[in-house]
Amino acid sequence: MTKPRPKHLNLLQIRLPLPGVISIMHRVFGAALFLAIPLLLYAMQSSLESPASFDALKNALAHPLAKLFLLGLAWAYLHHFCAGLRYLALDLDYGTDLAPARASAKAVVAVSLGLTLLFGVWIW
Amino acid sequence: MVRREVVGAHYGLRDWLAQRITAVVMVIYTLLLVLALAIAPAVDFLHWSTLWKMPVMRYATVLFLLCVYYHAWIGVRDIVMDYVKDAGLRLTLYVIVIGALVCYAVWSIQILWGF
Repeated sequence: MTKPRPKHLNLLQIRLPLPGVISIMHRVFGAALFLAIPLLLYAMQSSLESPASFDALKNALAHPLAKLFLLGLAWAYLHHFCAGLRYLALDLDYGTDLAPARASAKAVVAVSLGLTLLFGVWIW
Repeated sequence: MVRREVVGAHYGLRDWLAQRITAVVMVIYTLLLVLALAIAPAVDFLHWSTLWKMPVMRYATVLFLLCVYYHAWIGVRDIVMDYVKDAGLRLTLYVIVIGALVCYAVWSIQILWGF
């Protein structure tokens, strides 16, 4: 006998708990970081090629939109970094109970946002 | 009747482990790089290029980047596996992603040793 189970495949009806939210963010930011690789390599190349290309990159990154982009990238990296550390801990059986798992999910959000803010202060 | 056990392709555990080992390498590199830049801020081109000419920076960075690319492959492949149902499109995306990552690896070495 099959039990009728509630199905909520409508994305607008799904209410994810915080660990679920940071999990999907981990995935989305991971994909974003993959797409940013060529831009970062290009920036690295410009920074090392010659004093002129170094200055050109510096000027380009001084633009507020460029800084905003860097801030978004930093958030993606820092979130992926912190959430990744949490997954490594979970793999080692640390904090797998419901309460600690929720608490560590909160910590991931707080720490990654805090560090992103710090990065923002540093570049501005 | 033939009893068949359903088994996987056996690359799951290897990739699962590789994803974690590469992650640990990237964490260590990130912390050391931030520390290095905090101790010796690269304010101009001369400081910056001198820093990156150090062999330890070149080798550590190339190790880090190879970890990034392998980690990215496993991650992007898992995303494609989850959402792309059409086998032909999935294969095409795999080829594009692998091709891009191999190009990035070659390009990285050119950047690190080419200045």
